[in-house]
Amino acid sequence: MITLTVNGQKHALDIEPETPLLWVLRDELGLTGTKFGCGIAQCGACSVHLNGAVTRSCQVQVGDIDGATVLTIEGLSHDASHPVQRAWIERDVPQCGYCQSGQIMAAVALLQQTPTPSDGDIDDAITNICRCGTYPRIRAAIHRAAELAKG
Amino acid sequence: MTYQPPLATLNRRGFVIASLTAAGGMMLGLRHADAATGAADAPVELGAWIVIDPDDSITIRVSKSEMGQGIFTALPMLVAEELGCDWSKVRAEYASANRNLTTHDYGPMGTGGSRSIRSLHTTMQQIGASARARLILAAAQEWNAPVSECSASDGQVRHVASGRALGFGTLAAAAAKVQIAAEPAIKTPDQYTLVGKPVARLDTQAKSTGQAMFGIDVRLPDMVYAAVTLCPVPGGAVKSFDASKVIGRRGIQAVVAVPGGVAVVADRFWRAKQAAANLPVEWDLGAGAGTDSAMFRAEYRAALDGKLAVARDEGDTTRALTQGKLIEAAYEVPHLSHAPMEPLNCTAQVRADGVDVWMGTQNPDMALQLAARAAGVAPEKVQIHTCFLGGGFGRRAMNDELVQAVTVAKAVGKPVKLLWTREIDIRHDRYRPQAALRCRASLAADGSLNGLHIQTAVGSITRSLGWGTAAGGVEPQAVEGLANQPYAVANQRVECVLKNTHIPVMFWRSVGSSQNAFVVESFIDELAHAAGQDAYQFRRKLLAHRPDFVRVLDTAAEKGDWGKPLPAGTGRGIAIHESFDTIVAQVAEVAVSPRGEVKVQRVVAAVDCGHVVNPRLVEMQIESGVIYGLTAAMFDAITIKNGAVEQGNFDTYPMVRMADAPRIETYLTPSNGARWGGIGEPGTPPVAPAVCNAIFAVTGKRIRSLPISDTDLTSRT
Repeated sequence: MITLTVNGQKHALDIEPETPLLWVLRDELGLTGTKFGCGIAQCGACSVHLNGAVTRSCQVQVGDIDGATVLTIEGLSHDASHPVQRAWIERDVPQCGYCQSGQIMAAVALLQQTPTPSDGDIDDAITNICRCGTYPRIRAAIHRAAELAKG
Repeated sequence: MTYQPPLATLNRRGFVIASLTAAGGMMLGLRHADAATGAADAPVELGAWIVIDPDDSITIRVSKSEMGQGIFTALPMLVAEELGCDWSKVRAEYASANRNLTTHDYGPMGTGGSRSIRSLHTTMQQIGASARARLILAAAQEWNAPVSECSASDGQVRHVASGRALGFGTLAAAAAKVQIAAEPAIKTPDQYTLVGKPVARLDTQAKSTGQAMFGIDVRLPDMVYAAVTLCPVPGGAVKSFDASKVIGRRGIQAVVAVPGGVAVVADRFWRAKQAAANLPVEWDLGAGAGTDSAMFRAEYRAALDGKLAVARDEGDTTRALTQGKLIEAAYEVPHLSHAPMEPLNCTAQVRADGVDVWMGTQNPDMALQLAARAAGVAPEKVQIHTCFLGGGFGRRAMNDELVQAVTVAKAVGKPVKLLWTREIDIRHDRYRPQAALRCRASLAADGSLNGLHIQTAVGSITRSLGWGTAAGGVEPQAVEGLANQPYAVANQRVECVLKNTHIPVMFWRSVGSSQNAFVVESFIDELAHAAGQDAYQFRRKLLAHRPDFVRVLDTAAEKGDWGKPLPAGTGRGIAIHESFDTIVAQVAEVAVSPRGEVKVQRVVAAVDCGHVVNPRLVEMQIESGVIYGLTAAMFDAITIKNGAVEQGNFDTYPMVRMADAPRIETYLTPSNGARWGGIGEPGTPPVAPAVCNAIFAVTGKRIRSLPISDTDLTSRT
């Protein structure tokens, strides 16, 4: 049995240890906000926070993280009230929306490390792919979220 | 935590996908109103498009697919403009392709060609106006008041003289039964109060909380998962496979032959995928097995020396090209993959009494027919439950994954979610055609353009899709952007030869314009340079007969600081192109380092799409089109080796990311008048030539073959 605490809830899983965390979240726990995009940690659609650090869950084997704490988009807020989500909504960031859970989780991690990021910080930290090209709005929303977080 | 995973369940009238309410998000497209029960508290249908709930909330059915372009917001805005409802109570849901099959209520439901607003703006206004007239008539009858004294706004019908008002929710049942004498007139653009405003998208919250339902997120009771292994060479087939090598692994339930390959079915996707990767399959690689991209390149070039069909012929081009200074250039573009972020997938259930399909499709009408054929049932027995599309760009116009999913679902007798990996998605796309083009022009002594001859050898999309061959050998998609090139030239000829290989080709965001704008706008730049003229002024002179083009070009040049100084190693390029009835000009500011690294710093776009339904959506689509076109221009080619696609994932088919993304400024210069241009695609074509022209300005190197990364731009100082 592998145990994980996901969004504050404990799960004991009877599963092959080499199963990627992404598929545990999506298919075992039904947390489908975390997306499959490439399977090789290139695109970041599967980004979650693993023990507090933003991580591409498609390349994490659950057998390696027994006992870990995981935060997914569903655990970020109950009501889109997290400053990053508020900024995303204010700036109308998503288009198709598929990559946005991962983008938001990456942005939340950036702002935890760097509360007032520069454009260069954003370039370095946000390496997730968006095929719709929402990058200019993601950038604007991260700056806005930094303001909102300060109240 | 109160979060519940998305779950689709059966109810009396069909499937209802339960919405996720943890964050109170909008139930976009997830609710199929049970509008015919007649119960007092039931939602009421006002025609095929509008459902009104007792709480005054309005559901507007959308016949086009939401794949990021914002159509779930834009089409409802046109309805709401006329309806007089409270916009904050409007939600969108998908129209039913099954209903459309018999009633044709929704017209063609395919999404593509930047056509949704262009084809539906009048219809949307009319259905809103018609519903408003019925609500007003119902209220007037209730009050015994003249219709002319009643009006509708903010979701209520009011009789000002008596101070009475009734909500739409209260009036809906009566409104559904009244007969209006004649269809009301719709507003003219000067009367709009909602249309034209930068209204927030209806789907943003759902897409910022992980709650938006994409096809890949559908979960059904007893659902199993399928992963596929497909013949590496398109057009090949399975000779044999050994299911015994994977049956017995944990969770594996079945191995099923599907068109193009084999599907492995398991209780979890990961198990299915691992087993599919380990399934021994012997392939019949088919006729394409020995081919590669070098061979195709030579064949496309050679085709330009063969027999070509004439798409445009004015004056005496042959003669004109013998006079003045002759400029010649050969251009080439590669196959491209669509690579939507959501890999193709489809969930299907085949029962004795019908078929249900959940997916993101750009063509639910066709999906319904494909599902019926694959399951062997009448089309009337098929329900297509369209979900949000995690990107489309043309790829989801033909649903190969659906045929596979229905085939597997029929074989196993359970609901099946069939999901392609990224590698399958990129290696089994239907690609943007490869093309070779040849351009010739003659310049008079004063630098004016005497003659222009453009020839293209390119894959036929309709032939590849099995839709037949274009009459006379000219396929509109092959020559779009060429046959209608806007520059005034007395003598010009455009010719094409359609040449297909075993690599399937299809519509890729902006279709023929994606390659033809690159060629025309690069070659015009070459001509300006050869004539010793400024690239902007050279275009401007040749466009003097098109004031609409000139206005867009001028705006881009002015806002893009054309002619103003830039630091060393930085340059500007300009390009203009009309596609899907929208004119877009772009000025790109590009830095090229001594080591040959290209950084696109800024793109300024001027846009005339005519009437603007929602300027925020238009800006978003221009940004999107620029980034999409930039990815292709900078990095990407699909290449063939031993008949198979070499690239497989984002490591070998790279994407523009945040650090590569330019600042993008969009300026709308709408001409209004009769133009209702498209917006999903027209931002894409100008970016490749604008960037390549800027690179020429910096380096003196002319890029005639994409992607840019194939050209060595290192400075030899």
